[in-house]
Amino acid sequence: MSFELINSKLLVGFGTTCLLFLLTLVLSLPLGLLIMFGLKCPFKPIKWLCNVFVWAIRGTPLMLQLFVVFYVPSMLFGLRIFSFTSTTVFDGRFIAALITFVINYACYFSVIFRGGVDNISRGQFEAGKVLGMTKSQIFFKVILLQVIKTVIPPVSNEVITLVKDTSLARVISVAEIFFINETEILTKAIVWPLFYIGVFFLLFVGLLTVLFNYIEKKLSYFKA
Amino acid sequence: MAYLEVQNLNKSFGKTEVLKGIDLSVEKGEVLSIIGSSGSGKTTLLRCMNFLEFADSGKMILDGETLIDGDSVKKESENELRKKRLNFGLVFQSFNLFPQYSVLKNLTLAPTLLLKERFKEYKKTEKDGQKRKEWLAAEKKAINDDCLALLDRVGLTEKANSYPCELSGGQSQRVAIARALALKPKILCFDEPTSALDPELTGEVLKVIKGLKNKDTTMIIVTHEMGFAKSVSDKVIFMADGIVEEEGTPKEVFGATKSEKLKAFLSNVTDKEGE
Ligand SMILES: Nc1ncnc2c1ncn2[C@@H]1O[C@H](COP(=O)(O)OP(=O)(O)O)[C@@H](O)[C@H]1O
Ligand SMILES: [Mg+2]
Repeated sequence: MSFELINSKLLVGFGTTCLLFLLTLVLSLPLGLLIMFGLKCPFKPIKWLCNVFVWAIRGTPLMLQLFVVFYVPSMLFGLRIFSFTSTTVFDGRFIAALITFVINYACYFSVIFRGGVDNISRGQFEAGKVLGMTKSQIFFKVILLQVIKTVIPPVSNEVITLVKDTSLARVISVAEIFFINETEILTKAIVWPLFYIGVFFLLFVGLLTVLFNYIEKKLSYFKA
Repeated sequence: MAYLEVQNLNKSFGKTEVLKGIDLSVEKGEVLSIIGSSGSGKTTLLRCMNFLEFADSGKMILDGETLIDGDSVKKESENELRKKRLNFGLVFQSFNLFPQYSVLKNLTLAPTLLLKERFKEYKKTEKDGQKRKEWLAAEKKAINDDCLALLDRVGLTEKANSYPCELSGGQSQRVAIARALALKPKILCFDEPTSALDPELTGEVLKVIKGLKNKDTTMIIVTHEMGFAKSVSDKVIFMADGIVEEEGTPKEVFGATKSEKLKAFLSNVTDKEGE
């Protein structure tokens, strides 16, 4: 296997990893907010259902969830929701991995968000009420930014874990960064791709750290 | 009938009866002080009047409008409650300013949100886009000017662009008072407005409250500052164990005390003030 070939495969892998990461983040944050409302729902059955769901997702390995989402529909119902053959980046495998990641991370985020909301003093909600605000005005105008400020550190931890978790998509053969021909690399003892990958992750995480520090600084003008 | 009438108001938390038939009345432009030892139900009373807690039974009538009738509030929609809440302002012991907004924005936020609702109504009658824009701009400016005037009234004009974390406790409470006034409530309630403050900061807040007293501002003040209650009030009530134990003018309540409980309470407070 030539340098060019490995190199181009790695580059495609980088792209897929980045795409998986970004889409997961963009979709799981709002979904996490939605599940958080479910966790705090005064209507008991919904609250209960959401709690069980979050418990199930947080209590099982991500790898298992990947297998379940990808294979179980076809095994049980003969449904080919996710086509098994790769054509484009948005093939069935990628979609299955994305769905799994989004659900998994949304559950983690929802619990973080719940903690953030619970941390806001009751007085903030009451001050909003007394000033004639609606529930949604209180949430979006008064509470949300304070919650964002308090959850930035735990969320940034999760996000950094997500960068590295994307490599799990390999188990359902998503062509992410690790999806290079292992045997060939090993038998020929080509070491550089491994460094290449390591540097990629370090840079990625470094960039995110800078970004989160920036957000934290931007929000440091007030005390929540 | 007085401007505000509260009749036989009851409130329990589970099995604990906290308010056991409270009666009170306030005339427009009057200041009513509520005193009483901690745990006597003063906060709960204010919270029921502001619909933060729902009374179990009794009545509250403000300016001829019945706001509480038995346990009616428990069945009301969030929107109805919201409208009722706007009759009252409440200043909390712990200020509860919105930390992410500047002082001025703390004042303008709620009026601006209400303006959005009024704008929706206005749009139904006015189809001309240019006129709509002008109307909205004029209303926004009016809110801004109102709020700046209120900041001036509490002596904090130069803090308009500061954030709550940059204020002292006394300044925070003065902002909270201005914020409550920005919605022009019919009755302004205070729940121990100086209890969370260092002693040297209580003076500035009490001075501001005194300065609000005029024929149009009706206030209900829960306080532990007896000197203040004596000088600012038209009427004082003493609460003990969820009932109004004694009421009258400051002269009657402090000068010619009848109830033994109030005598004990007052001597206890003055002892502490002497320390
Ligand atoms: N949300 C609540 N749940 C249960 N008990 C409460 C609640 N709020 C107040 N109480 C009880 O009601 C009583 C009166 O409290 P409160 O109105 O705060 O008194 P005060 O303001 O005069 O000190 C206290 O015994 C308190 O424990
Ligand atoms: Mg109290």
